[in-house]
Amino acid sequence: MLTPLASLRTGLELQLTAESRAWLHRALAEAADVRGDVSAAGLPRWELHFVTAGRKCHPVPRDCATSDPVDAARVLILHAAAPGTETLTRLYTRGTGDERRAVLLALPHLDPPPDTAAALALVEDALRTNDTRLIAAALGPYAAAHLSAHQWRQGVLKCLFTGVPTAAVAGLEHRAAGDDELARMLEDYARERTAAGRTVPEDLGHLLKLARFEETAESEETEEREAR
Amino acid sequence: MTRQAPKPDRRIFDPHIHMTSRTTDDYAAMYESGVRALVEPSFWLGQPRTSPATFYDYFDALLGWEPYRAAQYGIAHHCTLALNPKEANDPRCTPVLDELPRYLLKDGVVAVGEIGYDSMTPAEDTALAAQLQLALDHDLPALVHTPHRDKAAGLARTLDVLRESGLPPERVVLDHLNETTVGAAADSGCWLGFSIYPDTKMDPDRMVRILRVHGTGRVLVNSAADWGHSDPLKTSHVADAMLAAGFDEDDVDQVLWRNPVAFYGQSGRLSLDVAPAGERGQQLHEGNSILRGGE
Repeated sequence: MLTPLASLRTGLELQLTAESRAWLHRALAEAADVRGDVSAAGLPRWELHFVTAGRKCHPVPRDCATSDPVDAARVLILHAAAPGTETLTRLYTRGTGDERRAVLLALPHLDPPPDTAAALALVEDALRTNDTRLIAAALGPYAAAHLSAHQWRQGVLKCLFTGVPTAAVAGLEHRAAGDDELARMLEDYARERTAAGRTVPEDLGHLLKLARFEETAESEETEEREAR
Repeated sequence: MTRQAPKPDRRIFDPHIHMTSRTTDDYAAMYESGVRALVEPSFWLGQPRTSPATFYDYFDALLGWEPYRAAQYGIAHHCTLALNPKEANDPRCTPVLDELPRYLLKDGVVAVGEIGYDSMTPAEDTALAAQLQLALDHDLPALVHTPHRDKAAGLARTLDVLRESGLPPERVVLDHLNETTVGAAADSGCWLGFSIYPDTKMDPDRMVRILRVHGTGRVLVNSAADWGHSDPLKTSHVADAMLAAGFDEDDVDQVLWRNPVAFYGQSGRLSLDVAPAGERGQQLHEGNSILRGGE
Protein backbone atom coordinates (compact mmCIF):
# COMPACT_ATOMS: atom_id res chain seq x y z
CA MET A 1 0.00 0.00 0.00
CA LEU A 2 1.23 3.50 -0.79
CA THR A 3 1.94 5.89 2.05
CA PRO A 4 -0.30 9.01 2.09
CA LEU A 5 2.58 11.10 0.68
CA ALA A 6 3.41 8.62 -2.08
CA SER A 7 -0.21 8.53 -3.19
CA LEU A 8 -0.35 12.35 -2.98
CA ARG A 9 2.64 12.51 -5.32
CA THR A 10 1.25 9.92 -7.74
CA GLY A 11 -2.11 11.69 -7.81
CA LEU A 12 -0.40 15.03 -8.44
CA GLU A 13 1.85 13.77 -11.25
CA LEU A 14 -1.18 12.35 -13.05
CA GLN A 15 -2.85 15.76 -12.94
CA LEU A 16 0.02 17.92 -14.19
CA THR A 17 1.03 19.13 -17.62
CA ALA A 18 4.42 17.85 -18.85
CA GLU A 19 6.02 21.23 -18.16
CA SER A 20 4.64 21.38 -14.63
CA ARG A 21 5.75 17.80 -13.99
CA ALA A 22 9.29 18.75 -14.98
CA TRP A 23 9.09 21.74 -12.63
CA LEU A 24 7.92 19.48 -9.79
CA HIS A 25 10.79 17.03 -10.31
CA ARG A 26 13.30 19.87 -10.27
CA ALA A 27 11.71 21.46 -7.20
CA LEU A 28 11.70 18.19 -5.25
CA ALA A 29 15.27 17.37 -6.25
CA GLU A 30 16.47 20.81 -5.15
CA ALA A 31 14.47 20.55 -1.92
CA ALA A 32 16.15 17.23 -1.10
CA ASP A 33 19.62 18.63 -1.88
CA VAL A 34 21.24 19.28 1.49
CA ARG A 35 23.74 21.77 0.02
CA GLY A 36 20.83 24.23 -0.11
CA ASP A 37 21.95 26.60 -2.88
CA VAL A 38 20.74 30.15 -2.39
CA SER A 39 18.68 31.83 -5.13
CA ALA A 40 17.25 35.29 -5.80
CA ALA A 41 16.14 37.32 -2.76
CA GLY A 42 18.53 35.31 -0.57
CA LEU A 43 16.15 32.35 -0.35
CA PRO A 44 17.19 28.70 -0.62
CA ARG A 45 16.12 27.45 -4.07
CA TRP A 46 13.46 25.15 -2.60
CA GLU A 47 11.81 28.10 -0.85
CA LEU A 48 11.61 29.91 -4.16
CA HIS A 49 9.76 26.88 -5.59
CA PHE A 50 7.50 26.76 -2.52
CA VAL A 51 6.56 30.44 -2.94
CA THR A 52 6.07 30.42 -6.73
CA ALA A 53 4.22 27.08 -6.98
CA GLY A 54 0.93 28.82 -7.78
CA ARG A 55 2.22 30.00 -11.13
CA LYS A 56 4.44 27.00 -11.95
CA CYS A 57 2.19 24.08 -11.17
CA HIS A 58 -0.62 23.73 -13.70
CA PRO A 59 -2.97 20.77 -14.02
CA VAL A 60 -4.14 19.47 -17.38
CA PRO A 61 -7.60 21.06 -17.78
CA ARG A 62 -10.26 18.55 -16.74
CA ASP A 63 -13.89 18.81 -15.78
CA CYS A 64 -13.29 17.99 -12.16
CA ALA A 65 -10.00 18.15 -10.32
CA THR A 66 -9.91 15.85 -7.31
CA SER A 67 -7.62 18.04 -5.22
CA ASP A 68 -5.69 21.28 -5.42
CA PRO A 69 -2.43 20.50 -7.25
CA VAL A 70 -0.67 23.57 -5.85
CA ASP A 71 -1.41 22.52 -2.27
CA ALA A 72 -0.11 19.03 -3.04
CA ALA A 73 3.07 20.37 -4.68
CA ARG A 74 3.82 22.65 -1.73
CA VAL A 75 3.29 19.83 0.78
CA LEU A 76 5.66 17.57 -1.18
CA ILE A 77 8.29 20.34 -1.38
CA LEU A 78 8.08 20.89 2.38
CA HIS A 79 8.42 17.18 3.02
CA ALA A 80 11.46 16.93 0.75
CA ALA A 81 13.12 20.00 2.27
CA ALA A 82 12.40 18.87 5.85
CA PRO A 83 12.66 22.44 7.22
CA GLY A 84 13.38 23.13 10.88
CA THR A 85 10.62 24.46 13.09
CA GLU A 86 11.95 28.01 12.86
CA THR A 87 11.83 27.98 9.05
CA LEU A 88 8.38 26.44 9.10
CA THR A 89 7.12 29.18 11.40
CA ARG A 90 8.62 31.87 9.17
CA LEU A 91 7.05 30.34 6.05
CA TYR A 92 3.67 30.43 7.79
CA THR A 93 3.85 33.83 9.43
CA ARG A 94 5.10 35.60 6.31
CA GLY A 95 3.19 33.43 3.85
CA THR A 96 0.24 34.15 1.61
CA GLY A 97 -3.06 32.49 2.51
CA ASP A 98 -2.18 29.63 0.16
CA GLU A 99 1.33 29.19 1.59
CA ARG A 100 -0.05 29.14 5.16
CA ARG A 101 -2.57 26.49 4.17
CA ALA A 102 0.22 24.34 2.70
CA VAL A 103 2.26 24.58 5.91
CA LEU A 104 -0.77 23.41 7.92
CA LEU A 105 -1.45 20.54 5.51
CA ALA A 106 2.20 19.44 5.67
CA LEU A 107 2.42 19.27 9.49
CA PRO A 108 1.52 15.56 9.87
CA HIS A 109 3.92 14.54 7.07
CA LEU A 110 7.14 16.23 8.16
CA ASP A 111 10.11 14.07 9.03
CA PRO A 112 11.58 14.92 11.47
CA PRO A 113 8.34 16.20 13.00
CA PRO A 114 8.26 19.88 14.02
CA ASP A 115 8.42 20.96 17.65
CA THR A 116 4.89 20.23 18.88
CA ALA A 117 4.32 23.49 20.77
CA ALA A 118 5.51 25.61 17.82
CA ALA A 119 3.43 23.64 15.31
CA LEU A 120 0.35 23.90 17.53
CA ALA A 121 0.89 27.66 17.71
CA LEU A 122 0.45 27.74 13.91
CA VAL A 123 -2.68 25.56 14.11
CA GLU A 124 -4.14 27.82 16.80
CA ASP A 125 -3.27 30.93 14.78
CA ALA A 126 -5.17 29.51 11.81
CA LEU A 127 -8.15 28.68 14.01
CA ARG A 128 -8.29 32.33 15.14
CA THR A 129 -8.71 33.51 11.54
CA ASN A 130 -11.99 33.72 9.68
CA ASP A 131 -10.51 32.25 6.50
CA THR A 132 -12.42 28.99 6.05
CA ARG A 133 -9.62 27.47 3.94
CA LEU A 134 -7.19 27.95 6.83
CA ILE A 135 -9.67 26.69 9.43
CA ALA A 136 -10.29 23.50 7.43
CA ALA A 137 -6.55 22.91 6.91
CA ALA A 138 -5.82 23.52 10.60
CA LEU A 139 -8.18 20.72 11.68
CA GLY A 140 -6.27 17.99 9.82
CA PRO A 141 -4.58 14.89 11.24
CA TYR A 142 -2.00 16.97 13.13
CA ALA A 143 -4.70 18.71 15.18
CA ALA A 144 -6.50 15.39 15.65
CA ALA A 145 -3.35 13.96 17.22
CA HIS A 146 -2.04 16.94 19.19
CA LEU A 147 -4.55 19.75 19.75
CA SER A 148 -5.84 20.19 23.31
CA ALA A 149 -9.43 19.13 23.99
CA HIS A 150 -10.56 22.72 24.60
CA GLN A 151 -8.98 24.12 21.42
CA TRP A 152 -10.21 21.18 19.37
CA ARG A 153 -13.82 21.65 20.55
CA GLN A 154 -13.58 25.39 19.79
CA GLY A 155 -12.30 24.47 16.31
CA VAL A 156 -15.18 22.09 15.67
CA LEU A 157 -17.70 24.68 16.82
CA LYS A 158 -16.03 27.27 14.59
CA CYS A 159 -16.57 24.95 11.63
CA LEU A 160 -20.30 25.00 12.36
CA PHE A 161 -20.20 28.81 12.72
CA THR A 162 -18.33 29.43 9.49
CA GLY A 163 -19.89 26.74 7.31
CA VAL A 164 -16.82 24.50 7.05
CA PRO A 165 -18.24 20.97 6.58
CA THR A 166 -17.28 18.90 9.64
CA ALA A 167 -16.22 16.17 7.20
CA ALA A 168 -13.07 18.32 6.86
CA VAL A 169 -12.18 17.61 10.51
CA ALA A 170 -9.70 14.72 10.74
CA GLY A 171 -10.36 12.03 13.33
CA LEU A 172 -13.78 13.49 14.09
CA GLU A 173 -15.47 10.24 15.06
CA HIS A 174 -12.64 9.19 17.33
CA ARG A 175 -12.22 12.51 19.12
CA ALA A 176 -15.90 13.44 19.40
CA ALA A 177 -17.04 10.05 20.69
CA GLY A 178 -18.30 10.36 24.24
CA ASP A 179 -17.15 13.99 24.61
CA ASP A 180 -19.76 15.34 27.05
CA GLU A 181 -18.36 18.87 26.99
CA LEU A 182 -18.59 18.97 23.18
CA ALA A 183 -22.15 17.67 23.41
CA ARG A 184 -23.05 20.46 25.83
CA MET A 185 -21.52 23.10 23.54
CA LEU A 186 -23.40 21.71 20.55
CA GLU A 187 -26.72 21.67 22.41
CA ASP A 188 -26.18 25.23 23.62
CA TYR A 189 -25.38 26.33 20.09
CA ALA A 190 -28.47 24.58 18.69
CA ARG A 191 -30.57 26.32 21.36
CA GLU A 192 -29.06 29.72 20.49
CA ARG A 193 -29.80 29.21 16.79
CA THR A 194 -33.35 28.07 17.46
CA ALA A 195 -34.02 30.99 19.82
CA ALA A 196 -32.94 33.38 17.06
CA GLY A 197 -35.29 31.72 14.59
CA ARG A 198 -32.37 30.36 12.58
CA THR A 199 -31.75 26.90 11.22
CA VAL A 200 -29.40 24.51 13.01
CA PRO A 201 -26.44 23.46 10.82
CA GLU A 202 -27.03 20.05 9.24
CA ASP A 203 -23.77 18.65 10.59
CA LEU A 204 -24.72 19.39 14.18
CA GLY A 205 -27.15 16.48 14.64
CA HIS A 206 -24.64 13.87 13.51
CA LEU A 207 -21.93 15.40 15.65
CA LEU A 208 -24.17 15.44 18.69
CA LYS A 209 -25.00 11.77 18.27
CA LEU A 210 -21.27 11.01 18.14
CA ALA A 211 -20.59 13.04 21.26
CA ARG A 212 -23.55 11.47 23.09
CA PHE A 213 -22.30 8.00 22.06
CA GLU A 214 -25.60 7.42 20.31
CA GLU A 215 -24.08 6.77 16.93
CA THR A 216 -22.24 3.49 17.33
CA ALA A 217 -21.81 0.58 14.98
CA GLU A 218 -24.49 -1.20 17.00
CA SER A 219 -27.08 1.56 16.67
CA GLU A 220 -26.45 1.80 12.91
CA GLU A 221 -27.16 -1.90 12.63
CA THR A 222 -30.36 -1.44 14.61
CA GLU A 223 -31.40 1.41 12.33
CA GLU A 224 -30.71 -0.73 9.29
CA ARG A 225 -32.81 -3.58 10.73
CA GLU A 226 -35.62 -1.18 11.50
CA ALA A 227 -35.43 0.30 8.01
CA ARG A 228 -35.88 -3.15 6.54
CA MET B 1 -25.99 61.58 -16.21
CA THR B 2 -28.61 58.84 -16.29
CA ARG B 3 -27.40 55.41 -15.23
CA GLN B 4 -28.05 52.58 -17.64
CA ALA B 5 -28.50 49.07 -16.34
CA PRO B 6 -25.23 47.27 -17.07
CA LYS B 7 -25.38 44.62 -19.74
CA PRO B 8 -25.34 41.23 -18.04
CA ASP B 9 -22.12 40.28 -19.79
CA ARG B 10 -20.23 43.49 -18.93
CA ARG B 11 -16.95 42.66 -17.23
CA ILE B 12 -14.89 45.24 -15.40
CA PHE B 13 -11.32 45.03 -14.06
CA ASP B 14 -10.60 47.86 -11.60
CA PRO B 15 -6.81 48.22 -11.93
CA HIS B 16 -6.41 50.36 -8.79
CA ILE B 17 -8.62 50.20 -5.70
CA HIS B 18 -7.85 49.99 -1.95
CA MET B 19 -10.33 47.34 -0.78
CA THR B 20 -8.78 47.16 2.70
CA SER B 21 -10.69 50.40 3.34
CA ARG B 22 -13.98 49.22 1.81
CA THR B 23 -16.93 47.19 3.07
CA THR B 24 -18.55 43.96 1.93
CA ASP B 25 -21.46 46.10 0.66
CA ASP B 26 -18.94 47.64 -1.73
CA TYR B 27 -17.81 44.21 -2.92
CA ALA B 28 -21.44 43.20 -3.55
CA ALA B 29 -22.23 46.46 -5.40
CA MET B 30 -19.04 46.17 -7.46
CA TYR B 31 -19.94 42.63 -8.49
CA GLU B 32 -23.42 43.81 -9.40
CA SER B 33 -21.91 46.55 -11.61
CA GLY B 34 -19.77 44.01 -13.49
CA VAL B 35 -16.48 44.04 -11.55
CA ARG B 36 -14.90 40.58 -11.74
CA ALA B 37 -11.24 41.42 -11.05
CA LEU B 38 -9.24 44.13 -9.33
CA VAL B 39 -5.73 45.11 -8.31
CA GLU B 40 -5.12 46.58 -4.86
CA PRO B 41 -1.90 48.61 -4.72
CA SER B 42 -0.24 48.99 -1.34
CA PHE B 43 -0.28 52.61 -0.26
CA TRP B 44 -0.50 55.00 2.67
CA LEU B 45 -3.20 54.02 5.17
CA GLY B 46 -4.12 57.54 6.26
CA GLN B 47 -2.38 57.03 9.60
CA PRO B 48 1.42 57.11 9.29
CA ARG B 49 3.17 53.85 10.23
CA THR B 50 6.16 53.80 12.53
CA SER B 51 7.83 50.44 11.93
CA PRO B 52 8.52 48.03 9.07
CA ALA B 53 6.60 45.16 10.74
CA THR B 54 3.28 46.95 10.25
CA PHE B 55 4.00 47.02 6.51
CA TYR B 56 4.56 43.27 6.50
CA ASP B 57 1.23 42.66 8.23
CA TYR B 58 -0.38 44.91 5.62
CA PHE B 59 1.33 43.05 2.76
CA ASP B 60 0.23 39.75 4.33
CA ALA B 61 -3.37 41.00 4.40
CA LEU B 62 -3.13 41.93 0.70
CA LEU B 63 -1.94 38.35 0.02
CA GLY B 64 -4.27 36.52 2.40
CA TRP B 65 -7.38 37.99 3.95
CA GLU B 66 -8.31 40.49 1.24
CA PRO B 67 -8.18 37.99 -1.69
CA TYR B 68 -10.28 35.66 0.46
CA ARG B 69 -12.83 38.40 1.11
CA ALA B 70 -12.94 39.34 -2.60
CA ALA B 71 -13.37 35.71 -3.70
CA GLN B 72 -16.49 35.39 -1.58
CA TYR B 73 -18.04 38.09 -3.74
CA GLY B 74 -16.93 36.52 -7.02
CA ILE B 75 -14.03 38.94 -7.59
CA ALA B 76 -10.40 37.96 -8.36
CA HIS B 77 -7.99 39.99 -6.21
CA HIS B 78 -4.33 40.74 -6.97
CA CYS B 79 -2.01 43.32 -5.47
CA THR B 80 1.01 45.50 -6.09
CA LEU B 81 3.54 45.94 -3.28
CA ALA B 82 6.00 48.74 -2.51
CA LEU B 83 7.13 51.30 0.02
CA ASN B 84 4.88 54.24 -0.90
CA PRO B 85 6.43 57.65 -1.68
CA LYS B 86 4.98 59.42 1.35
CA GLU B 87 6.36 56.96 3.91
CA ALA B 88 9.63 56.58 1.99
CA ASN B 89 10.49 59.86 3.74
CA ASP B 90 10.37 58.30 7.22
CA PRO B 91 13.66 56.55 8.05
CA ARG B 92 11.76 54.26 10.47
CA CYS B 93 9.98 52.76 7.44
CA THR B 94 12.73 52.50 4.83
CA PRO B 95 13.95 49.01 5.98
CA VAL B 96 10.84 47.80 4.11
CA LEU B 97 12.96 48.18 0.96
CA ASP B 98 15.22 45.34 2.19
CA GLU B 99 12.30 42.94 2.78
CA LEU B 100 10.44 43.72 -0.47
CA PRO B 101 12.46 41.29 -2.64
CA ARG B 102 10.92 38.35 -0.77
CA TYR B 103 7.40 39.73 -0.98
CA LEU B 104 7.67 40.49 -4.69
CA LEU B 105 8.07 36.75 -5.37
CA LYS B 106 4.56 35.96 -4.12
CA ASP B 107 1.97 34.56 -6.52
CA GLY B 108 -0.63 37.33 -6.07
CA VAL B 109 1.79 40.21 -6.79
CA VAL B 110 1.33 41.60 -10.32
CA ALA B 111 3.44 44.79 -10.14
CA VAL B 112 5.69 46.94 -7.98
CA GLY B 113 3.62 49.86 -6.71
CA GLU B 114 2.52 52.41 -5.83
CA ILE B 115 5.88 54.06 -6.28
CA GLY B 116 6.64 57.58 -7.50
CA TYR B 117 6.74 61.04 -5.96
CA ASP B 118 4.78 62.77 -3.23
CA SER B 119 6.86 65.82 -2.25
CA MET B 120 9.82 65.15 -4.57
CA THR B 121 12.45 64.75 -1.86
CA PRO B 122 15.87 63.05 -2.09
CA ALA B 123 14.47 60.15 -0.01
CA GLU B 124 11.72 59.70 -2.60
CA ASP B 125 14.35 59.75 -5.38
CA THR B 126 16.18 56.90 -3.65
CA ALA B 127 13.07 54.79 -3.01
CA LEU B 128 11.77 55.26 -6.56
CA ALA B 129 15.05 54.27 -8.20
CA ALA B 130 15.54 51.30 -5.87
CA GLN B 131 12.03 49.99 -6.51
CA LEU B 132 12.26 50.40 -10.30
CA GLN B 133 15.34 48.19 -10.03
CA LEU B 134 13.27 45.68 -8.01
CA ALA B 135 10.68 45.65 -10.82
CA LEU B 136 13.45 44.81 -13.30
CA ASP B 137 14.92 42.13 -11.00
CA HIS B 138 11.52 40.45 -10.52
CA ASP B 139 10.35 40.82 -14.10
CA LEU B 140 7.35 42.82 -12.87
CA PRO B 141 5.60 45.91 -14.28
CA ALA B 142 5.50 49.09 -12.17
CA LEU B 143 2.54 51.18 -11.01
CA VAL B 144 3.80 54.76 -10.74
CA HIS B 145 1.77 57.31 -8.81
CA THR B 146 2.08 60.90 -10.09
CA PRO B 147 2.04 63.54 -7.35
CA HIS B 148 -1.10 65.47 -6.43
CA ARG B 149 0.80 68.73 -5.87
CA ASP B 150 3.03 70.24 -8.58
CA LYS B 151 1.83 67.44 -10.88
CA ALA B 152 3.35 68.47 -14.23
CA ALA B 153 6.83 69.06 -12.74
CA GLY B 154 6.45 65.81 -10.79
CA LEU B 155 5.66 63.91 -13.96
CA ALA B 156 8.67 65.38 -15.77
CA ARG B 157 10.97 64.28 -12.94
CA THR B 158 9.30 60.84 -12.86
CA LEU B 159 9.91 60.39 -16.59
CA ASP B 160 13.62 61.26 -16.15
CA VAL B 161 14.02 58.61 -13.45
CA LEU B 162 12.10 56.06 -15.54
CA ARG B 163 14.39 56.62 -18.53
CA GLU B 164 17.45 56.12 -16.33
CA SER B 165 15.98 52.93 -14.83
CA GLY B 166 15.94 50.97 -18.07
CA LEU B 167 12.45 49.64 -17.35
CA PRO B 168 10.66 49.52 -20.74
CA PRO B 169 7.79 52.07 -20.91
CA GLU B 170 5.27 49.38 -21.87
CA ARG B 171 5.86 47.87 -18.41
CA VAL B 172 5.00 51.11 -16.60
CA VAL B 173 1.63 52.73 -15.88
CA LEU B 174 1.63 56.40 -14.93
CA ASP B 175 -1.38 56.86 -12.69
CA HIS B 176 -3.65 59.74 -11.62
CA LEU B 177 -3.14 61.55 -14.92
CA ASN B 178 -5.34 64.44 -16.05
CA GLU B 179 -5.66 66.91 -18.94
CA THR B 180 -2.44 68.70 -18.02
CA THR B 181 -0.25 65.59 -17.82
CA VAL B 182 -1.74 63.17 -20.36
CA GLY B 183 0.23 64.58 -23.32
CA ALA B 184 3.69 64.13 -21.82
CA ALA B 185 2.72 60.76 -20.39
CA ALA B 186 1.42 59.53 -23.76
CA ASP B 187 4.64 60.66 -25.48
CA SER B 188 6.67 58.56 -23.03
CA GLY B 189 5.17 55.28 -24.31
CA CYS B 190 4.00 54.31 -20.82
CA TRP B 191 0.45 53.12 -20.07
CA LEU B 192 -1.90 55.93 -19.05
CA GLY B 193 -3.80 55.54 -15.76
CA PHE B 194 -6.77 57.70 -14.77
CA SER B 195 -8.47 57.76 -11.38
CA ILE B 196 -12.13 58.75 -11.42
CA TYR B 197 -13.24 60.52 -8.24
CA PRO B 198 -16.44 62.21 -7.08
CA ASP B 199 -14.82 65.66 -6.63
CA THR B 200 -11.10 65.59 -7.33
CA LYS B 201 -8.89 63.88 -9.93
CA MET B 202 -10.95 62.92 -13.03
CA ASP B 203 -14.71 62.53 -13.64
CA PRO B 204 -16.48 60.23 -16.17
CA ASP B 205 -17.28 62.90 -18.75
CA ARG B 206 -13.77 64.39 -18.74
CA MET B 207 -12.48 60.81 -19.04
CA VAL B 208 -14.57 60.30 -22.16
CA ARG B 209 -13.16 63.48 -23.70
CA ILE B 210 -9.62 62.18 -23.12
CA LEU B 211 -10.54 58.81 -24.66
CA ARG B 212 -11.84 60.68 -27.75
CA VAL B 213 -8.51 62.47 -28.18
CA HIS B 214 -6.06 59.72 -27.17
CA GLY B 215 -8.02 56.61 -28.16
CA THR B 216 -8.74 53.50 -26.13
CA GLY B 217 -5.32 51.81 -26.37
CA ARG B 218 -2.82 51.83 -23.47
CA VAL B 219 -5.43 53.45 -21.16
CA LEU B 220 -6.35 52.15 -17.69
CA VAL B 221 -9.37 53.59 -15.85
CA ASN B 222 -9.67 53.04 -12.11
CA SER B 223 -11.75 54.16 -9.13
CA ALA B 224 -8.72 54.38 -6.78
CA ALA B 225 -11.40 54.14 -4.08
CA ASP B 226 -9.90 54.23 -0.58
CA TRP B 227 -10.63 55.64 2.87
CA GLY B 228 -11.36 59.13 1.50
CA HIS B 229 -14.34 60.49 -0.43
CA SER B 230 -14.33 58.08 -3.37
CA ASP B 231 -16.64 55.64 -5.16
CA PRO B 232 -15.85 52.01 -6.09
CA LEU B 233 -18.48 52.12 -8.86
CA LYS B 234 -16.74 54.88 -10.84
CA THR B 235 -15.42 52.33 -13.35
CA SER B 236 -18.97 51.38 -14.35
CA HIS B 237 -19.92 55.08 -14.50
CA VAL B 238 -17.16 55.55 -17.08
CA ALA B 239 -18.54 52.57 -19.04
CA ASP B 240 -21.98 54.23 -19.05
CA ALA B 241 -20.51 57.59 -20.07
CA MET B 242 -18.55 55.94 -22.91
CA LEU B 243 -21.70 54.29 -24.29
CA ALA B 244 -23.68 57.54 -23.97
CA ALA B 245 -20.93 59.32 -25.94
CA GLY B 246 -21.05 56.84 -28.82
CA PHE B 247 -18.33 54.35 -27.91
CA ASP B 248 -19.49 50.74 -28.33
CA GLU B 249 -19.44 47.74 -25.98
CA ASP B 250 -16.18 46.50 -27.47
CA ASP B 251 -14.47 49.84 -26.66
CA VAL B 252 -15.80 49.55 -23.10
CA ASP B 253 -14.52 45.98 -22.83
CA GLN B 254 -11.12 47.06 -24.12
CA VAL B 255 -10.67 49.94 -21.66
CA LEU B 256 -12.26 48.29 -18.63
CA TRP B 257 -11.16 44.68 -19.08
CA ARG B 258 -8.70 43.82 -21.86
CA ASN B 259 -6.31 46.73 -21.19
CA PRO B 260 -5.75 45.96 -17.47
CA VAL B 261 -5.48 42.24 -18.29
CA ALA B 262 -2.81 43.08 -20.90
CA PHE B 263 -0.88 45.39 -18.57
CA TYR B 264 -0.85 43.25 -15.42
CA GLY B 265 -0.69 40.07 -17.51
CA GLN B 266 2.93 41.04 -18.22
CA SER B 267 3.67 39.74 -14.71
CA GLY B 268 2.69 36.20 -15.78
CA ARG B 269 0.83 35.95 -12.46
CA LEU B 270 -2.76 36.97 -13.24
CA SER B 271 -5.23 34.27 -12.30
CA LEU B 272 -8.75 35.30 -13.19
CA ASP B 273 -10.82 32.22 -12.34
CA VAL B 274 -13.04 32.83 -9.34
CA ALA B 275 -16.27 30.95 -8.58
CA PRO B 276 -19.08 32.56 -10.61
CA ALA B 277 -21.87 34.42 -8.83
CA GLY B 278 -24.20 31.41 -8.81
CA GLU B 279 -21.82 29.43 -6.61
CA ARG B 280 -21.16 32.25 -4.19
CA GLY B 281 -24.25 31.80 -2.07
CA GLN B 282 -22.97 28.65 -0.46
CA GLN B 283 -19.77 30.41 0.57
CA LEU B 284 -21.59 33.17 2.40
CA HIS B 285 -22.46 32.90 6.05
CA GLU B 286 -26.03 33.99 6.83
CA GLY B 287 -26.40 34.75 3.14
CA ASN B 288 -25.07 38.30 3.25
CA SER B 289 -21.92 38.60 5.27
CA ILE B 290 -18.31 37.66 5.38
CA LEU B 291 -17.91 34.28 7.01
CA ARG B 292 -17.24 35.00 10.64
CA GLY B 293 -16.63 33.08 13.80
CA GLY B 294 -19.61 34.42 15.69
CA GLU B 295 -17.82 37.46 17.10
